[in-house]
Amino acid sequence: MTTSSNPSRMPLPETLRVLQGHSQESVVISTMGAAREWARLEPSPLDFVYVPSSMGQAPSLGLGVALAQPDRPVIVCNGDGCMLMNLGSLVTITAAAPQNMVLVVIENGVYEVTGGQATAAAASRRQDGTPLRFASMARACGFKTVLEFSSLEDWTARCAEAITQPGPVFICLHVEPAEGDVAPRSPGPAGERVKRFMEALRG
Amino acid sequence: MYSGEEMVGLLVELGVTHVVWIPDSTFGEWDDALSESEDLQLVQVCREGEAWAVAAGLYLGGARPLVVIQCTGLFESGDALRNAVHDYQLPLFGIVGYRSYLNSETLPGDTCLRFTEPVLAAWDVPTVFVNEIEKKPLLGQHYLQCQQAGDAGIVLMAEGRA
Repeated sequence: MTTSSNPSRMPLPETLRVLQGHSQESVVISTMGAAREWARLEPSPLDFVYVPSSMGQAPSLGLGVALAQPDRPVIVCNGDGCMLMNLGSLVTITAAAPQNMVLVVIENGVYEVTGGQATAAAASRRQDGTPLRFASMARACGFKTVLEFSSLEDWTARCAEAITQPGPVFICLHVEPAEGDVAPRSPGPAGERVKRFMEALRG
Repeated sequence: MYSGEEMVGLLVELGVTHVVWIPDSTFGEWDDALSESEDLQLVQVCREGEAWAVAAGLYLGGARPLVVIQCTGLFESGDALRNAVHDYQLPLFGIVGYRSYLNSETLPGDTCLRFTEPVLAAWDVPTVFVNEIEKKPLLGQHYLQCQQAGDAGIVLMAEGRA
């Protein structure tokens, strides 16, 4: 765990691989860069790759699933640019307070899928050069359990514990921006994926 | 047009499990009845785009949600509605309040009167308009028809002053 204002960063694929290793029984909703990488891992019927998305709405979608399925762990892998588009959802989530929900923000400081432009929360866009802290926002919005990781070793050691805390849990993962082929792709027709996902939830 | 108790009774009868909403001055009168209902779960969001996404997640998880927002919130939430209803083809249902339709004295020239119906038409969601007491039964009828057909639907409900 880190508390520094300029954290080091983890490689995204390895970071998500760690999460996947501990989330086999969980619903995992991924979007944007996380969706791109998650779709490359071993698929689970409880995965919901939220592509195409309404950018910013993955936490809200996850909240709905968590409320409808209170006995099933729900993990949302959101981007930092996405989080900025829907900061109010942090308040909505803590108001509803689903114990089975973990919101993970993949923080890389950029809109990765559009070419790496800095977000308004990134140091380079701030007049004082200080990046905004998503963990602090989450605490201010009422999350009782807030964790952040910038070391793959630390994340690997503590992931299982982190995602099984009573929710709602907020986890910020500081990762390196990816380069090259970065756009997430839909893994198939959305309507068909909805049917398969709903069947898996009923099962 | 509806009391809170009347609305709760209707929604429970229709099988609605969750109401996802942001109250306006008209729907706000239902707050106590919705909050106190043991048969409905009220989910209050901070911005209307969230409402469609929360409802989408609820539906995926097997619940039967209803979105309740004002037309101004409909304008804000268009992308979330598009994504849930058209990309993912989820049969979500909403009640949209039509601000100033019955009385525009607090907002003379309210442009909600100009844009609400064209925007609803653009989003291509089957809509019925409840603009007088005699049309109240349309709400339940439209909901059931949409659910049976697997279609999304909206009831546009006339409101008074903002």
